[in-house]
Amino acid sequence: MREYLALFIGSVIVNNFVLTRFLGLCIFFGVSKSLNASLGMGMAVTSVITLSSILAWVVYHFVLLPYGLTFMTTIVFVILIASFVQLLELIIKKQAPALYNMWGIYLVLIATNCIVLSVPILSVESNYGFGMSVVFAIGSGLGFALALVLMASLREKLVYADVPKALEGSGVAFIVAGMLSLAFLGFSGMI
Amino acid sequence: MYTAIMVLVVMVGIGAVFGFILALANKKFSMEVNPLIHIVEDALPKGQCGACGYAGCMAYAEAVVLNQEVPPNLCVPGKDAVAKAVAELTGKVAEQVEPRVAHIRCRGTVDKATSSYSYNGIEDCAAASLVQGGPKGCKNGCVGFGNCVGSCPFGAMTMGDKGLPIVDMKKCTGCGACEAACPKKVIQMISTNAHVKVDCNSKDKGAVARKVCTVACIGCGICVKNCSHGAIEVKDNLAVVDSKICVEKCSEATCFAKCPTGAINIASQIQVVQSATNLKATV
Repeated sequence: MREYLALFIGSVIVNNFVLTRFLGLCIFFGVSKSLNASLGMGMAVTSVITLSSILAWVVYHFVLLPYGLTFMTTIVFVILIASFVQLLELIIKKQAPALYNMWGIYLVLIATNCIVLSVPILSVESNYGFGMSVVFAIGSGLGFALALVLMASLREKLVYADVPKALEGSGVAFIVAGMLSLAFLGFSGMI
Repeated sequence: MYTAIMVLVVMVGIGAVFGFILALANKKFSMEVNPLIHIVEDALPKGQCGACGYAGCMAYAEAVVLNQEVPPNLCVPGKDAVAKAVAELTGKVAEQVEPRVAHIRCRGTVDKATSSYSYNGIEDCAAASLVQGGPKGCKNGCVGFGNCVGSCPFGAMTMGDKGLPIVDMKKCTGCGACEAACPKKVIQMISTNAHVKVDCNSKDKGAVARKVCTVACIGCGICVKNCSHGAIEVKDNLAVVDSKICVEKCSEATCFAKCPTGAINIASQIQVVQSATNLKATV
């Protein structure tokens, strides 16, 4: 139980994927302009990471490992995740139109994002069991959502700030992201 | 050799399994999208202003095609031309869209209106309004930081050098984005057929209004007496014109002539014939 909790907190805060590992930055800057959008994206990413991690774990442990094909991990996972997201999109579109209206545009963005690929890869590289890799995936997703929501709240306030002309928009967003990342550095060594 | 064959088998296997699942899912979960929706969307101005009451042009197109009760004339920027096109595409009967334009109900330029303090904060009307109702003496007047200018999806507004926004009547489509952006509700959409307009939003009593602005409506009611059709009344110390009565019954406006402060004016400058050619959004 203890190690599960440690892994969870570790993946949410200490090893936050965006702010300490610098993954998923494309969505992080793209979707963090409004709080609502970032909440939707955070939820979508968390569920996609979790589901695709489960799938990836199964494929890795029952196909790649027994046949000694672990060097193929990356390319197999890419195919897995891309097709899985497509499948998810089709199902959600039909079964839950309300959810699709909220997630639709984000799902396509997620399909090719490095954070979704890196979680299953890190998870198999660390030799996590099934339970551990699920916890790791949920934690990473929530960590991403946390970073996104924090950034979106900051950027919504940033609109009212008197920013120098040259730094308006993306420039100041990068600076703020850097500061946020420095703040998260304070958690390092906690676990 | 063994590895190479296994790689081939596994990759082909995974590809085939997922291809099969996706093909199956595509068939099972297929959704019929009405191609008309995209055609209707193309006919709309794509300003994404939301004046129709939907989230954007795409959402309106979807609603107007799929729902029989959604009328084809909701696109305000599109005016008659777009309403007709949408009606034709969807087979509905188009009622006329009343063309509207933005009207700034304030003439309190920096030389005419007093200021109660010097504001040094964020250059944003909403933010400035939070501090004692804004830096202007008149708490109902234009704050002058141009939230409306920034909100205009058609680039029809500019900030004048005397602290009041100017509407380019040729570009204004009457979508109402500026009306929503103004924290003081100074901007109102009025019909392009309107005869007269009240250029003031002050709800202060006459003496107070006059003290803070020389061109304010003081609620004296002279215009009410001068209107023979009963189209004007004074509400909260502000003259309000009932545009329906005004447009239908009055042919020669006399109400504005006697106004002591010039707050009510003839609306000739907004009666610009608007064509549907300048509809494409600038953003």
